[in-house]
Amino acid sequence: MRRVLAPVPIAVICAILALVGLLAYGLAANEPDRRAEQSLARGERAAAPQLELPRLSGAGTQSLADFRGKVVVLNFWASWCKPCRQESPLLDRWHERMKRLGGTVLGVDTLDIVGDARRFISEYELGYPMLRDKDGDSQESFGVVAFPETFVIDRRGRIAAVRRGPVDEAFMRDRVAPLLGERA
Amino acid sequence: MKRAVMLLAVLIGLLGAPAAVAAQCPRTSLGDIEDEVMCPVCGVPLALAIDAPQADRERAYIERLIADCRSKDEIKAALAAQFGDEVLALPGDQGNDDLGDVLVYVIPAVGIVLAAAGIAFAVVRWRGARGPRERAHGGAPQAERRLEADMERYEL
Repeated sequence: MRRVLAPVPIAVICAILALVGLLAYGLAANEPDRRAEQSLARGERAAAPQLELPRLSGAGTQSLADFRGKVVVLNFWASWCKPCRQESPLLDRWHERMKRLGGTVLGVDTLDIVGDARRFISEYELGYPMLRDKDGDSQESFGVVAFPETFVIDRRGRIAAVRRGPVDEAFMRDRVAPLLGERA
Repeated sequence: MKRAVMLLAVLIGLLGAPAAVAAQCPRTSLGDIEDEVMCPVCGVPLALAIDAPQADRERAYIERLIADCRSKDEIKAALAAQFGDEVLALPGDQGNDDLGDVLVYVIPAVGIVLAAAGIAFAVVRWRGARGPRERAHGGAPQAERRLEADMERYEL
């Protein structure tokens, strides 16, 4: 009978299987977290992941939980991101409107140089609170893969809308404004 | 004459000043640093990150620090302060010297040794398997000689 179970072919087969397994794991591990969208597609609102980061200007940290009871437009941005330039003035205008109605925009400056971020804020005269995620740790829990990305969080701390890309007036009017009328 | 000597001294001083500054300024370059740090958004070493806005900002930041006479180590420390330790590409640079830093060097070496041993083992087995097969077909040269003798005998 022909020997097919020689050690060398077995070792080669095992190596190939290990390589394929490793590639499959790599692909699965790099899949961004899309639980928020999946919940929204089912008509549900998933609880927003916890987030606590240092303030971009000033000392101390601030967390998403500090804004409980408010509608939060959580915006991940960076000064090197070109579409962020387009949406920042709009976000600032909406922040001014939302302030009176129990809402806020909360910026998370991610993977950025502090000096560049501060220049950006000063250039666009942004008045909403800013946090700093220097190594991008918060990206994973929110499934952020590009900039800008925005998560609208209702008064009960649940994700009510997601925008992967720059927000526009229509998004703010249709997805954010109705939440301001909801009770906590 | 005195004025000429003074003028010469000032001239020498002016010529020597940039050289003195250059000597005080640690010599490093963007090329020397960008292969030892990462572009955190792209997930590749900065040297390989082409056409990425974040990488361009990082390069500009490094160039500002070079112009500011910072040494290579100071620049890497500044980058780590901005982006976290993950920005440092070389094992051991993150300062924790954990097992992973050692394994980065050990695993490829072990892999090369294992691959070499595997090839040697396969060659030995292949040669070992060929020997008996040739012995089994050992009649081949004999048969050839017999054929030649037959052909000679029958004058073919």
